[in-house]
Amino acid sequence: MNAMTTAPFDMPLRRVLQVYLQEARSECLRYLRYPGFLIPTLCLPTLFYLMFGVVLGHANGADAPRYLLAAYGTFGVMAPGMFGFGVSLAMERDGGLLMLKRALPMPPAAYLIGKMLMAMLVAAMVVTLLLSIAVLIAHVPLQPLQMLRLFAVDLFGVLPFCALGLLLGTLVKGQAGPALINMIYLPMAFLSGLWFPLSVMPKVLQQLAPVWPSYHLNQLALAAVGFDRGAVWSNALALCAFTAVFLLLAVRRLRRHG
Amino acid sequence: MDKKTTLAQLRDARKRYGRVQALNGIDLSLHAGEVLALLGPNGAGKTTAIGLLLGLMRPDAGSATLFGLDPQSLQARRGIGVMLQDAMLPATLRVGELIRLTCSYYPTPRTLQETAELAGVTDLLQRPYGKLSSGQQRRVQFALAVCGRPRVLFLDEPTVGLDIASRRRLWAAIRELVGEGNAVLLTTHYLEEAEALADRVCMLAHGSVISEGSVDALRARVCLKQVRCTTRLDVAGIGQWPEVVEARIEGDRVWMSTTAAEALVRRLFDADPGLSSLEVHAAGLAEAFTQITGEADVATESVDAPLQREAA
Repeated sequence: MNAMTTAPFDMPLRRVLQVYLQEARSECLRYLRYPGFLIPTLCLPTLFYLMFGVVLGHANGADAPRYLLAAYGTFGVMAPGMFGFGVSLAMERDGGLLMLKRALPMPPAAYLIGKMLMAMLVAAMVVTLLLSIAVLIAHVPLQPLQMLRLFAVDLFGVLPFCALGLLLGTLVKGQAGPALINMIYLPMAFLSGLWFPLSVMPKVLQQLAPVWPSYHLNQLALAAVGFDRGAVWSNALALCAFTAVFLLLAVRRLRRHG
Repeated sequence: MDKKTTLAQLRDARKRYGRVQALNGIDLSLHAGEVLALLGPNGAGKTTAIGLLLGLMRPDAGSATLFGLDPQSLQARRGIGVMLQDAMLPATLRVGELIRLTCSYYPTPRTLQETAELAGVTDLLQRPYGKLSSGQQRRVQFALAVCGRPRVLFLDEPTVGLDIASRRRLWAAIRELVGEGNAVLLTTHYLEEAEALADRVCMLAHGSVISEGSVDALRARVCLKQVRCTTRLDVAGIGQWPEVVEARIEGDRVWMSTTAAEALVRRLFDADPGLSSLEVHAAGLAEAFTQITGEADVATESVDAPLQREAA
């Protein structure tokens, strides 16, 4: 019988890091060049904010532009996470790209981290646009530290939605992806008080709000721009828990079904 | 490189999806410096066999190994190149970017230029993948399969959608790689392709290996010969002759398969002294395949039109 070769295909650490960089670079390039993803993701929150926060905002009181900056920031960073991960995963599972990547010697983490960095980059673009409108057009009084804090909250706040998108992307394939994610994205934004303050909503919806990750992110964003919300640590903790649970379920499904 | 070094192997591999037994305990070895063609009707288990070797799934029983390692280990996969049947690559990335990305996965990849020349995509490097024709996309997928200098190349229907010139070019590239001592596992519906490239042919049906051997050995198992000619004789009449197994019109000629070519040719000339364009061929893989799967299928239902010979 023939001997089997044990060919060691080792790679130095520097080259392995290169894989992560290349993967992230490709993922970012790929979506920045795709207007079907980038334009709605950037335009929806900025247009909503211009319309309801700036043009009509002052009618709702002097604090409205500042309040809505936080809310539309939350709304804006949900999209790159949920769509960037969920829709692309659903499409790639359907189109055979994920299978090819699994067969190729790509570390699975490089794939996820690449998408995660892409979502964070787009989230940074969204919050920068909103902050510019708030400061330059609406003249919202914000300290530099508050701006920085909102930027950081939204930059990392995209992560629970990446995990949720990942999970949703393992549940459906192909064109069903965008449909399912829209069905969750829009009601979730509404129910966590991003469009109308929770205080004007029915009692039961107010009590239900903490089951949505977007509610917790919005509490953190509001605190960042100076609305005192009390215990923000519980919100941060809740977001970490959401992320961990979504990620765990998604990885389990990916392992089992591919 | 020792010709008999085993690079990839399935041993008594079994895989079941629900109530369907996709693989029924098959043994398969791929050696350095050879092309092994995996043939079989749809649902025969080809995709499952490849999936096991690529580590996309695990066998229920038996084993799958790559370079003696678990196919799911990153180390083993660094030695393989893969071209799957349908992979929608990111449409907005340029060909050069896709190749560079895939190169980064491997320890000692080819250069961009070398890869592009081998796969015949030098003129496409700046183009976005989504703007290419399907034949060009196929060539890019081949480039991605070979860019990492793999020891084992998995090619699933590599030349679907390619024109004749690109197909020949891809065959030449495959031969070059095999000449360097690499191994290729090929699945194809084009029997012509298996005949042109493969050292060994392995036929699967219903999850089992029903025949394995060289292309010549396989052909020799089939005693049929093909006769073609232009004649004024009626094809239905010829079909009744005892020497003829099957007769049909092919273009402007009559095509016959026979076990007694000499007797048939003599009878043809007796009946139509004016016949022309006579050709006699040994059976191709298509005939071999039909006959062998037919033998394997005796008593069960007929083979469901497994293979189509290319129209060209």
